[in-house]
Amino acid sequence: MTGKEHDKGTFSLTVNGEPKTVLAHPMERLLDVLREHLGLTGTKEGCGEGECGACAVLMDGALVDSCLVPVLQANGSSIVTIEKLGGDRSSSALQQAFLECGGAQCGICTPGMILAAKHLLDRKPTPTLEEIREALSGNLCRCTGYTQIFEAVVEAGRRQVL
Amino acid sequence: MEKEHIIGSAAPRKEGRDKVTGKARYIDDINLPNMLYGATVRSKVPRGRIKKITFGPDIPWNEFIIVSAKDIPGKNCIALIENDQPCLASEVVNHAEEPILLLAHPQKHLLPKAVEAISIEYEPLPPVFNIADSEHLTHVIWGDDNIFKTYLIEKGEVDAVWEEAAFIVEGEYFTGAQEQLYIETNGMIAQFDPHHGVTVWGSLQCPYYVHKALMAVFDLPEEKVRVVQAETGGAFGGKEEYPSIIAAHAALLAMKAGKPVKIIYDRLEDMAATTKRHPSRTRHRTAVSKDGKILGGEIEFTIDGGAYLTLSPVVLSRGTIHAGGPYYWPSVRVRAKAVATNAPPHGAFRGFGAPQSIFAIERHMDRIAEIVKLSPAEIRRRNFLEPGETTITDQVVREDIDLGKLLDRALVLSDYDSKRQHSAKNNGTKRKKGMGIAAFLHGAGFTGSGERYLSSVVGVEGTSNGRVRVLVSSTEIGQGTNTILCQVAAEELGVPYADVEIAQPDTTEVPNSGPTVASRTAMVVGKLVASAAVGLKQTLISCGMLGASYTAEEFRMACQEYISTRGQLRSLARYEQPKDVFWDDQNYRGEAYAAFAWAVYIAEVTVDLAAYAVSVDDFVALQEVGKVLNPVLAKGQIAGGVAQGIGFALYEKVEWRDGRMQNAQMTNYIMPTSADLPAIRVFFEEMGNAHGAYGAKGIGELPMDGPAPAIVNAVVDALGIPFDSIPLLPESIFEAVSVAHEPEAISSSERVR
Repeated sequence: MTGKEHDKGTFSLTVNGEPKTVLAHPMERLLDVLREHLGLTGTKEGCGEGECGACAVLMDGALVDSCLVPVLQANGSSIVTIEKLGGDRSSSALQQAFLECGGAQCGICTPGMILAAKHLLDRKPTPTLEEIREALSGNLCRCTGYTQIFEAVVEAGRRQVL
Repeated sequence: MEKEHIIGSAAPRKEGRDKVTGKARYIDDINLPNMLYGATVRSKVPRGRIKKITFGPDIPWNEFIIVSAKDIPGKNCIALIENDQPCLASEVVNHAEEPILLLAHPQKHLLPKAVEAISIEYEPLPPVFNIADSEHLTHVIWGDDNIFKTYLIEKGEVDAVWEEAAFIVEGEYFTGAQEQLYIETNGMIAQFDPHHGVTVWGSLQCPYYVHKALMAVFDLPEEKVRVVQAETGGAFGGKEEYPSIIAAHAALLAMKAGKPVKIIYDRLEDMAATTKRHPSRTRHRTAVSKDGKILGGEIEFTIDGGAYLTLSPVVLSRGTIHAGGPYYWPSVRVRAKAVATNAPPHGAFRGFGAPQSIFAIERHMDRIAEIVKLSPAEIRRRNFLEPGETTITDQVVREDIDLGKLLDRALVLSDYDSKRQHSAKNNGTKRKKGMGIAAFLHGAGFTGSGERYLSSVVGVEGTSNGRVRVLVSSTEIGQGTNTILCQVAAEELGVPYADVEIAQPDTTEVPNSGPTVASRTAMVVGKLVASAAVGLKQTLISCGMLGASYTAEEFRMACQEYISTRGQLRSLARYEQPKDVFWDDQNYRGEAYAAFAWAVYIAEVTVDLAAYAVSVDDFVALQEVGKVLNPVLAKGQIAGGVAQGIGFALYEKVEWRDGRMQNAQMTNYIMPTSADLPAIRVFFEEMGNAHGAYGAKGIGELPMDGPAPAIVNAVVDALGIPFDSIPLLPESIFEAVSVAHEPEAISSSERVR
């Protein structure tokens, strides 16, 4: 009934370090591939139009909104989602700092926000406030007013270089 | 050794670990076996009679579950106050986006096309889109006068004050609709079973509101309706009443399908169809003495309720009671009304009517200051309520507050005087700086007799492994319910915070501790949790299993012993109204709230006259909220509320056309990003309050009230042009600056004698 089976293709991605193969329509969103095919529901949908950043993931080290990336485009790439974080020192420092500084309230923007912060800290371990504001400006948060998110990023950066 | 207090400490957020690791399960992260997906067919016209529904070609309709009003087993209404809102429209529609039919299918991606393939013909009926047309009865669209509710507050002798007035100051103020814009859109999963009835899981604030609505739609007794809150990704009032509709829709589909059904709104549907903050108009006419004291005044407060009554009377009530601000009015008359229009019903949003009427009074105070020729700080200082004086409802201020001191501290923190003097001398022609003040109050808990009618119940229980569990229907929506209620129980029982947990809100598991609204959770529910904890402790002490003083380990052992020998160890506490609380619902007089939080906010702005854009450079938020239970969470509540208030003032405009939101996307409805906001500097003053848990008062809504007037007052200070309507967008500033050279532009709304 879907009539779409014949349009589907096989796509290979490395997700959180593990090779994955999915059978999907080439225009299927990376967001849905992660959430529905691979069960990685830590990546959230906020707007579906690349405005809010709740679905942000790292694709070959770049921060992307997974709602705007067709799986076709992600073929062969390496994806990092929130589920991967916590394993290495810098990201667990970020998660801990978000927890302690009040960087997460309702939590729905948090996975994307933490990935955006990781993307910044990986390049720049001790960013200025202006650099943090700029780096997180593609991730909307309606709860915090961002203040405590900035504090968390500063704190994580500080702990990371200690 | 001094015992460490968990109250007042930055105890980590209970569910925080799950949130920062992505493990927290929101409604769209949950799937049930054989689940279908649901979608809603909505009205495209603002008002009309449904003539014909056509199911278009090329869609295999036999594969879809289709639900109409005929499938409703009980009453076709969403039970709330008046029950005037249908669950599904059957003969007429009264607003665009009103739900008419429901569809479900196993394949989510087939639904949008199916929704589009249904065409509905209407016989158009004439609509009304704004307050003025509604009150002039351009068309009668609700009852016989378009009025949902009116209130009248009368204090003193208003008609006598005009003679002795040195100044009579008039003003008219407007606020627009505002979208809550939680980042998680609305969603529900429902299951139906002929024996067990209806179960729903969802993103929601008030499990027992949904419970009540489902009982009516399905004509089921309370034990056959179960409502469970999933992790909820922000609400701000936006998930107070509307989730009842989505729950009913998902459950109707699930009943007809015989399978679970999930409905998740996409962003466009969520923004276009669900509730927003009520647009408002407030008129002030105030008699002022030569030395700047308010003698009395008339206030007319009107809100646009949209097409159905829903919660408008309650929103109107709070806005009405806050209309006088934190000032002493010897005489005042407030006439308030909520009117019907053919917009989707407006609803709960943080502040609940108060941000609207406080915007008006705080702009009006600056207008009075200008006419009386006093500074904005001085006009407020001369009129502040003091302990022993009465509010506009004749409520005696019993709290030991000192608003003058609060103002002084805010002036120092913001460096107000020197910055204002500096900008007066140095304001350029292209970039002008200004400072603005807002002083305000926010009542905590339900208005008047509301808490008595709610009669909330909470439970605290011991578990078989010696831990403590808090049982409430109060929900965690990001604001910290889980954490603070566990802190209260831990403090009261003298056990480690880590030993206390909170039950997931599930109407089969937790008592009704009331809705999670009205800044009531810390003050009202927190205090009940403390009482229930005392009851638990006394049970263990009175049966000899626990001494009067004990260690955490002894407490654990006592719980285990009690449960293994006697069974369930649970203590319940029910709300009892303090004896000094008296409220007259007929005349709107008396103790409107058990406690008020008080605040002074100061904004510093720059207006760029090349782009006509306002940037907020600094924001000081100083408040007295009683005891701060958790400084990290409290600061987060204030900073987040201020950010929403900045959006309300400067960015967030709902573009309406024929009663439909035209910019129902995050791309063109603009909320503040991390690059737009100033440092929001948050400060607390603790002046004491007997009512709440450990002296806590409400905090959640307060920070929504002050930012808009503080910012607009700062813009007026920068430009010398009055602005009385928000959101204040660059185009409004451009227009006003262009006509500012006309001499009567400023003085048209005042009369000096």
